[in-house]
Order: sequence, then C-alpha cells, then structure tokens
Amino acid sequence: MPIRKLSAQRLWLLAAYAAAAAALFCAPLVLSDFRLNLLAKFLAYAIVALGLDLIWGYTGILSLGHGVFFGLGGYAMAMYLKLDASGGKLPDFMDWSGLTKLPWFWKPFASLPFAIAAGILVPAMLALILGYVTFRNRIRGVYFTILTQALVIITTTLFIGQQAYTGGTNGLTGYSKLFGYSLGSPETKKWLYWVTVMLLIGAYLLCRVLVKSRFGKVLRAIRDGENRVRFIGYDPALYQMVAFGFSAGLAGLAGMLFVLHVGIISPSMMGIVPSIEMVLWVAIGGRGTLVGAVLGAVLLNYAKSTFSESYPNIWIVFMGALFVVVVVFLPKGAAGLFGQFKWLRRRKAADEGADGVRYPAV
Amino acid sequence: MDVIVLQLFNGISVSSILLLIALGLSITFGLMKVINMAHGELIMIGAYTAYVVQNLFADYLPDSMFGWYFALAIPVSFIVAFVFGLVLEMGLIRFLYGRPLDSLLATWGVGLMLQQLARSIFGAPNVGVKSPAWLDGGMTVGDNVFPYKRLFIIGLVLICLLAMYVYIYKSHSGRRMRAVMQNREMAACLGISTRRVDAMTFAIGSGIAGIAGCALTLIGPIGPAIGTYYIVDAFMVVVLGGVGKLVGTVFGALGIGLSNTLFEYWTTASLGKVLVFACIVAFLQWKPSGFVALRSRSLDN
Repeated sequence: MPIRKLSAQRLWLLAAYAAAAAALFCAPLVLSDFRLNLLAKFLAYAIVALGLDLIWGYTGILSLGHGVFFGLGGYAMAMYLKLDASGGKLPDFMDWSGLTKLPWFWKPFASLPFAIAAGILVPAMLALILGYVTFRNRIRGVYFTILTQALVIITTTLFIGQQAYTGGTNGLTGYSKLFGYSLGSPETKKWLYWVTVMLLIGAYLLCRVLVKSRFGKVLRAIRDGENRVRFIGYDPALYQMVAFGFSAGLAGLAGMLFVLHVGIISPSMMGIVPSIEMVLWVAIGGRGTLVGAVLGAVLLNYAKSTFSESYPNIWIVFMGALFVVVVVFLPKGAAGLFGQFKWLRRRKAADEGADGVRYPAV
Repeated sequence: MDVIVLQLFNGISVSSILLLIALGLSITFGLMKVINMAHGELIMIGAYTAYVVQNLFADYLPDSMFGWYFALAIPVSFIVAFVFGLVLEMGLIRFLYGRPLDSLLATWGVGLMLQQLARSIFGAPNVGVKSPAWLDGGMTVGDNVFPYKRLFIIGLVLICLLAMYVYIYKSHSGRRMRAVMQNREMAACLGISTRRVDAMTFAIGSGIAGIAGCALTLIGPIGPAIGTYYIVDAFMVVVLGGVGKLVGTVFGALGIGLSNTLFEYWTTASLGKVLVFACIVAFLQWKPSGFVALRSRSLDN
C-alpha cells in the first residue's frame, strides 16, 4: 500500500474520531435529560468494554468476573456518597441491622480522594492477586474463566449475606448530593456526562497507546501462542497480570461513574448476568478492536433499553440468539463485518488476512 | 458426636448432588473440551420432565399407582435430556470444537433461550413436585434421622457412577471414547468415528444432567432458573477434580460438598462460600490441573 494513500486513510480516520468526539460533547444540546442520562450510563459501560477487550480481545483471556470489579468501584463511590448523605451519623441501613458503630473499613471512605482511589485500586489489586495465583501456575483458558465466574458468585453471596456492612440485596442507595450539588438536577447531570465523555476518551487513548506499544504486541503474542512467547524469554504471567489488573481498574472507574449516573449499586448489578452481558458487548462489537468494544457497549445497551422496555421476554431470547450467532458466525463481531466489507473492496490485500486481527484461538 | 455425624451426612448428600451434576460436565469437558453452560438448563429439562410425568400419572392413572411415577420419571428424564443434548450437539456444538471459550458463550446463549422457553411453557413461578409417599420419613439410627429422600439420591448417584464406570472402562464404545479423549487424531487414524463419539458423549452427559434434574425435584421446588444455582459449583468440581477421570470428579465433589457444609456450619453461608473458594484456589497452587489429570506430552494442554 503506497504511503500517500495510507496517510489519507489515516486522516479520514482521525477526522472520523474527531467528529465522534465532538458529537459526544455536543450531545447534551440535543438530547433530553432522560436520554442524556441513559447515554452517560452507556458510555460508562463502554469503559468496562474497553478494559474487557484489552484482556479478552488482545490477550485472549476471557474474564467473566468483570461485574465484580465494576461493582467494587460502584460500592466505593456509593460508600462515600452514603457517608456524605448521612452527615456524620450512621448510614440508615446499618442502623436497621443493629450496628452501633461505623465499621473500620467504612471510615476512610469519608474522604472523596480515598474513595476514588479505592474505586480503581481495590478492583485492580483483587485482579492482580487473582492473576498472580492463577497465571503464575499457568491456569488459563476455561479454568481461569470458571474461577472468575466463581469469584462473581462468592462476591455477590458475600455482599448479600453481610447485610449490615453492605446493605444486602438492596445495595447502597438513598444519596443525592455530590459536593452539595444535587445529583438529580439537569445541570449536574450535564457535568457528569461531560466528565464521563472525558474519561471515556482518556481511557480509549490510554488503551490505544498500550495496544500500539511493545506491551500490546506482547499481549497479542500471548494470545496467539503463549508458550512461544515464554520460549522467547518473556514472562507471560507478568503481562497477563498487568493487563488483567488494568482492565479491572477501568471496570472500577466505570462502576464509580455508573453510581453517579444511576444513584444505586446493588449485588444484582455485579452478578453473573451483568458480567456475561459485558462480554457480549465486546463480542458483538468486535474483540480485538477498541472502537468495536465501545460501539458494542453503546449500541447493544441502546437496543436493550429500547427492546426490553416493551418486550422484556423477547430481549432475553434475542440476547441468547445474539450470543449464538455472533460466536458461531461472526467471531470478529461488527467491527469484523466492517473489515470484511473493506476486504471485498480491496481484494488485493486478501491474502494478508482481512485486517490482521485474529480472534483468540482458545 | 451426633452433630458431626449429621454434618457429615449433609456434606455427603450435597456432594452426591454435585457429583451427579458434574458427572455429565466432566465427560463433555474432558472429551470434547466444550464448556456447556446450558448444562444447567438440561438439568431444568430433567426436572420439568419429572413434573410432567407426575401430572400425567395424577391425571390418567388411579391414585394407587401415583407413588410409582418417580420410577418412570428417572428414565424418561434421561431420554428427554439425551435427545435435547443430541440435537444441541448436532445443531451447534459441533461447529465449536477447539474453541472452548466460544462454546461457553454460545451455550450460555442457548441456556438463556431454554430458560425463557420454560418460562413461557410452565410459567415463571416455581412448581412443586410431590415426592412419592415411599420416600417420606427417614431412617432412624441412634438419635439421628436420615431422610429417605437424601439416602435415595445418594443411592441413585452410586448407581449412575457405577453405570458410568462400566460404560467408560468396560464397554467397547467407552473404550473408543477414552481413545478419542486421549488422542483424537490417533483415534481417528485407527478408524474411530470421532464425530459419532462426540455426539454420543455429549448426549450421555446431557442425559445424566436430566437424571440430576429429576433428583433435584425431591429436594425442593423447581423453576426455570434451577440449573443456574448449581452450575458454577459443578464446574468448580470439575476444575478441582481434574479432567478426564471419574475418580477426579468424585474427589472434587466430595471435597467441595464436605468443605462447603463444614465451613457453613462454622461460619455463615456467605463466608463459607468465600472460604471454599479460597481453598480451591490454594489447592490449585499445589496441583494446577486438578487432583487427577490425564498425562499428556502435548505442550498446549
């Protein structure tokens, strides 16, 4: 491919990205408050999808435990808001469960910087620890996936069981103010939306840098042949751990934003079904392409909220069918479909493989 | 002393159910490297089959015969789930060999659809299956009462285990199955139809799930989501026990069932689960491929 053509293509691509970013920033001007809030929620989901794509699409490790990391981030933020709302007194649900003193691990969450740091670092640390004990022993593939799924089960049971500390099934809710601004007011919602857009763009750029770097190349090499990478002299476990931890941190960040937009976090938002839905976003958007993950998260959630309002039953069947169809017929997701069209236009590049992206073999 | 005996009995009872569920999983996973997340829904199919058989007995046969519906429900559940499994294998699973994670996602989608199907047919609320009168009550040993239902399930599991053992290790088709499991290419070279072995194995695994569902109707009400409660635990059994040998699955089921009961007795139910998980992860540090693993010289196994 001649260099001039490549640069023209890049320019178009850059223009498209800039237009998309501009559109996102201007969305509050056209959308109603309700739709804006919905979009903000989807953009928070897109941040999870980015992290999940990094670990699944690029490293070839399927985690069904991202609901937990998302939830931990959400709980960290909700704990701060709850303490803030109860104004130095014991949060109401603790009162009901018979606690008289604030538990020690709640105390630091009175400070916002600590809560934000914890919302990202706690999920990342949990992922690092789980990654350390699994990847180091070369527990991978389906074994790892099953372990992450078990992590989801025990976390949700724990959160439901320890009602006095976590609010049980109801989760944490009943807070309305951040820095004294009402979370429900359109003005605050707009600002929160912009913050989410900024963070999404930041996360996207960060992931892009990672993917294009040497680190990203090693990740893809691990996906395509872990043992070969090991023989060359790399330590795949280290790379897998870092990628997993980073992706968990992104999920935590998304969880914090989710709480700000939605105003509730509960165990049902970190269970098995949400965790698998997150995987579906990446699968449908196209694993191994960052844009695909973002688009998948936003579009699928849009479809879900449109469908499931009127036909909740059909949505479930539709989601199941989508899984089957995407996995069997479109392993590269929507982004792969787009790539195929391009491939149709430029047959010459055919024997290179459509776009150089291989879906994980295992 | 009595408490220990009772806890032990409870643990073995939980283990036997886990074993029944994991038995089917471990052979499909071990042989075909397919993660069947719809296994829970095959359990559900078995449970609803028992429900249907019960209703047919209640409607068309004299009351005196009702007690024996369960004896018929077990084989019927097996057959219905077997046929479902065969259809699933031929329609979907065979496109996914060699892609275990993809099979996990696709079968999860199938599971969702089956759950919704059950909801449309039988309604979302749980339905009860009236267990036969001859399973009421319990056996009294000293001061302890062992319910007949639980004893019956333990006996059923032992029979299934024995049948699986005879099938896998003593029959011709079981030998072909082991050959495919250990070296697929070599087995194919020697004239074994691996396609047929795969389909058969998957169907048998599904059939056992059907029996498991039938047994679960003795313990509690059944609903569309009955399988999801057990499925992850069953997978943990497979991971802990190692893939490809019956003894591994038995060990995994006993390990998880007993430790689960003990930890829940010592702490609370939710903390017990955390401790079990921590123990499993700790165990995998020692034996990363489970208690029993088929030895292989293949690098990427």
